Amino acid sequence: MSKEKKTLNLNFGPQHPAAHGVLRLILELDGEVVEHADPHIGLLHRGTEKLIENKTYLQALPYFDRLDYVAPMNQEHAFALAVEKILNIDVPIRAQFIRVMFCEIGRILSHILNITTQALDVGALTPSLWGFEERETLMTFYERVSGSRLHANYFRTGGVHQDLPRGLADDIGKFCQNFPKVINDLETLLTDNRIFKQRNVDIGIVSKQDALDYSFSGVMLRGSGIPWDLRKSQTYECYDQIDFKIPVGKNGDCYDRYLCRIEEMKESVKIINQCLDKMPTGPIKSLDGKISPPPKNDIKESMEALIHHFKLFTEGYRVKKDEIYVAVEAPKGEFGVYLISDGSSKPYKCKIRAPGFSHLQAMDYLIKGHMLADVPAVLGSMDVVFGEIDR
Amino acid sequence: MKNLFDLEKKINSELATKVKSSKINHEHICINIENENLLDVVLFLKNNNETKFKQLIDITAVDYPENERRFKLVYLLLSHEFNSRILIDFFINENEISTSLTSIFPSSNWMEREVFDMYGIKFKDHPDLRRILTDYGFTGHPLRKDFPLTGHNEVRYSEDKKKVIYEPVKLEQNYRNFDYESPWQGTDYIKSQNKKNNE
Repeated sequence: MSKEKKTLNLNFGPQHPAAHGVLRLILELDGEVVEHADPHIGLLHRGTEKLIENKTYLQALPYFDRLDYVAPMNQEHAFALAVEKILNIDVPIRAQFIRVMFCEIGRILSHILNITTQALDVGALTPSLWGFEERETLMTFYERVSGSRLHANYFRTGGVHQDLPRGLADDIGKFCQNFPKVINDLETLLTDNRIFKQRNVDIGIVSKQDALDYSFSGVMLRGSGIPWDLRKSQTYECYDQIDFKIPVGKNGDCYDRYLCRIEEMKESVKIINQCLDKMPTGPIKSLDGKISPPPKNDIKESMEALIHHFKLFTEGYRVKKDEIYVAVEAPKGEFGVYLISDGSSKPYKCKIRAPGFSHLQAMDYLIKGHMLADVPAVLGSMDVVFGEIDR
Repeated sequence: MKNLFDLEKKINSELATKVKSSKINHEHICINIENENLLDVVLFLKNNNETKFKQLIDITAVDYPENERRFKLVYLLLSHEFNSRILIDFFINENEISTSLTSIFPSSNWMEREVFDMYGIKFKDHPDLRRILTDYGFTGHPLRKDFPLTGHNEVRYSEDKKKVIYEPVKLEQNYRNFDYESPWQGTDYIKSQNKKNNE
């Protein structure tokens, strides 16, 4: 008697805590082994690109906070850089250091969330409790500089919105002194933990070739042993004045990616420290009146300043006809903005290249032949955030 | 970084018949080709030892409704080895079918699905050309310039039917697209009203 092979279709999500957001994953199971995975995305699609086409450049910026909401300023950075390159304006050196500092804070924010929730997915509760305390501290830095914990809307074309408030630099410095100890504490919980290693070592292995073919970037690429980081290889802003290392993995499994993230957090602390040391005083945004509004005090006394302010915030600045692709190394990988301007004050087209989109695409390839229990581990190590994947 | 001008020259001489025009813009090489040459050009760029564009970064389209060939398809490739980027673009008609790159880059699968979803451009030999970002049962292609910003349908929970229902979009006031660049002329819908009154 021949036995017919029966597979089971399982709906994972869209409301599953281990799906890291609204992912609907349709799994075809043979027993406990996954034969095929079909991710359905788009449940958080908000039409960001369409909305940006209908907003001025200034109004478009806050949409970037809402993409990868775990590290908002890194996204703003890509858009700000794109517009600056088209307009060909220089960013004051202090603003560059402030931006880089907050991008690295964003990287730590993102990596803490990823590491601790990945640990949570494979059964460790404590790291998330410890990690979130630090995230809260970092988000108060965001709040003190921009007024909001998550959706900062802090970067501007030509610089940043306002200077660091008094005392913030010292507090960030203090945080950088204490944080390496927290990383070590997290490592004592996870790095040599038997259960954590059993769940992650040799799971979801990506070879070098496949990492390239599947358009991986960021930790997904470095975990497989390809030393590629846009901060070094296509350096932007003031990263060339800063000394830091790029951690690279060896085996390309979930555990290596976890180790890369831990090491990257340590490097980020170093970068923040260097930024604090090297940051000069001076202007924090471009002095070009075509782009930057006049100081608040002038508006109260000068009619011209008021008109200037009004024109900038209604009409916005015009950007000459051009086409550009700019990418930054966001915590999750290469985050790019492909911008087409047409000479008006609104972008003609703005394509957002989200790293998570290509990572999640490889889900089927990564999970094939693994057990059902490995799905959350692989998903966790990919570091997916649906704000940026669904856009 | 390898000299971009040399690279551009190299690409131009090797693909002389296929590259219509090329330029260097913001440190990227941009080449313009024809739809039917896409596969050859990408294969050459990927496998040639002096180009080695091994990674596909993104695929996207741009809509120019006033053009005869309405859509511009854009392919972005990256070469880790020579640390350079290339941008390939070509124009196609609304009903023209492009070629899928899935045989060369598996990652183009979702990118092409997204272009299909957002612009309605079809790809030949694509294994699974479904919508990706929009809702199940969605109609229209949102990123086309003639698709309204507010969309056509909205969803709400109906207390009577005890389920989520779809309805045509109802706006309490018109969507107002202020044209601040020429404020003395007023926005578009005021202009059209004035025109009617004058007539």
